[in-house]
Amino acid sequence: MSKETTLSELVGEIESGMTIGIGGWGSRRKPMAVVRALCNSDVRDLTLVSYGGPDVGLLVKAGIVKKVVCGFVTLDSIALDPLWRQARQQGAVELMEVDEGMFFLGLQAAAWRMPFLPTRAGLGSSVLENTPAFKTVANPYNDGPFAIPGDVGAEFVAVPAINLDVAVVHVNIADENGNGMILGPDPFFDEQFLGAAQRRFVTAEKIVPAGTLTDHGPLERATIHRLLTDKVAATPNGAHFTSNPPDYNRDEVFQKMYTTAAKEEESWNAFVQQFLAGDETSYQQAVSEWRKAQ
Amino acid sequence: MSDLPIADYCVIACSDSWRDCGEVMISPFGSVPGLGARIAKSTHSPDIVLTDGEAALSFGIKPINARSDELVREAYVPYKSIFSVVWSGRRQIMMMASQVDQFGNQNISAIGPREKPKAQLVGVRGAPGNSLNHPTSYWVPDHNSRSFVAAVDVVCGVGNDRARGAGVGATRFHDLRVVVSNLGVFDFAGPDGSMKVRSLHPGVTIDQVRDATAFPLAGLDGEIAETRAPSEDEYALMQTLDPKGLRHKELPQQ
Repeated sequence: MSKETTLSELVGEIESGMTIGIGGWGSRRKPMAVVRALCNSDVRDLTLVSYGGPDVGLLVKAGIVKKVVCGFVTLDSIALDPLWRQARQQGAVELMEVDEGMFFLGLQAAAWRMPFLPTRAGLGSSVLENTPAFKTVANPYNDGPFAIPGDVGAEFVAVPAINLDVAVVHVNIADENGNGMILGPDPFFDEQFLGAAQRRFVTAEKIVPAGTLTDHGPLERATIHRLLTDKVAATPNGAHFTSNPPDYNRDEVFQKMYTTAAKEEESWNAFVQQFLAGDETSYQQAVSEWRKAQ
Repeated sequence: MSDLPIADYCVIACSDSWRDCGEVMISPFGSVPGLGARIAKSTHSPDIVLTDGEAALSFGIKPINARSDELVREAYVPYKSIFSVVWSGRRQIMMMASQVDQFGNQNISAIGPREKPKAQLVGVRGAPGNSLNHPTSYWVPDHNSRSFVAAVDVVCGVGNDRARGAGVGATRFHDLRVVVSNLGVFDFAGPDGSMKVRSLHPGVTIDQVRDATAFPLAGLDGEIAETRAPSEDEYALMQTLDPKGLRHKELPQQ
């Protein structure tokens, strides 16, 4: 059965109060079409889980986010996202900060249906005390054949499963069955995001008939398989302005314009009017008109 | 060599921090450590492994301003597999620090109160895990009493005192090496693993360092070494590997 759907139907499944995982990393291969659609939806009080990029800044600025779970927010070529900074500096959004490795283990624990996975990462840092619900676990192998002398008596961080209501990732090509191919250099943690979620959504530059995905690239790049996905929607140029090679690189000029506009309320409102106020089709049209005018 | 910019001394201090490190991944943050790593690999530590900054090991030694398409990639190391490198200890890192304290706790997350920081920075990133799993150093281009602080606002990279407090799980592979700043080079050979002056850059005075540091630094009484200058070979490499002088742009104007 085909899993193909539309962007609006996919976003329509996202409800207020949900915990949403967003794939990609920083300003790379973010499902921005979904982010833009969410900004214009009437959902509220989302918890965002993200290796944060402009997805975080935009959703937080839209006022629909209660809490963010992340280890950083960056735009890569521009170190900091002004919208995220403003929101934090106004105390407008809650942050559960985790080490990048803890983040990975939290998603993996959820994907493997384990309550936690242990690690050293986080011990001694503020990450633990800033989220008092994080617990440590005593090394159970202090004697016997599995004991490692250097770790006798050790406590480790028990990274809790980061369970998601919904995960959204963006890939280069998907098929109707919900298999996806990532042709860029890094699959990041998209597989873990999908594995950790109840509802699993993939957006793609294009969708091809089932059984033809490997006509478009090496089998090993088809890392998003159908057992990880529920719905797939075509969103051409849907990661813009983040990078999605080989389809396109980051739109550095646009990203710069985004950060400049974000500095003042007036310029931000003008940016929203020009690009973000309408649906995805009008966004893509506005971007293409803007590009022609450059 | 004399009358060289301070940045050139900092580059050599970074390079020296990786002397004899063997076949490990070096992750340098900033142009000065980035150049230092390339000079280390070109001279005393040829087995150093560098990345392309994306998802691959980078073969050979290219200038710090090399474009992505100029790099030769020798193996695929996507983000996910980095944790296997970090947590196995086959890596050393030099991170930057917006704040660093007497015991080497580092902050890159936020300045000010947690719920409403005065300045939101990038976030803890992988610093908690990095600092507990492999040798870690810091690069602070602007050494002043707001960067060398009595206590950091968010502990990202874990210092010697906090690692001890968290037990053997934290201390087993915890290994703080040096802090390189625009004033000098500091290690953690002071009492209880506190920060101690190893050398000061030419022209830097003890009073200057004391005023710019908001905690007591060990090693300020008595003879203090001067950070060594680059050799002629190292200086030549610096020109080749940083033809645009990016290293000089990273330091505050003197």
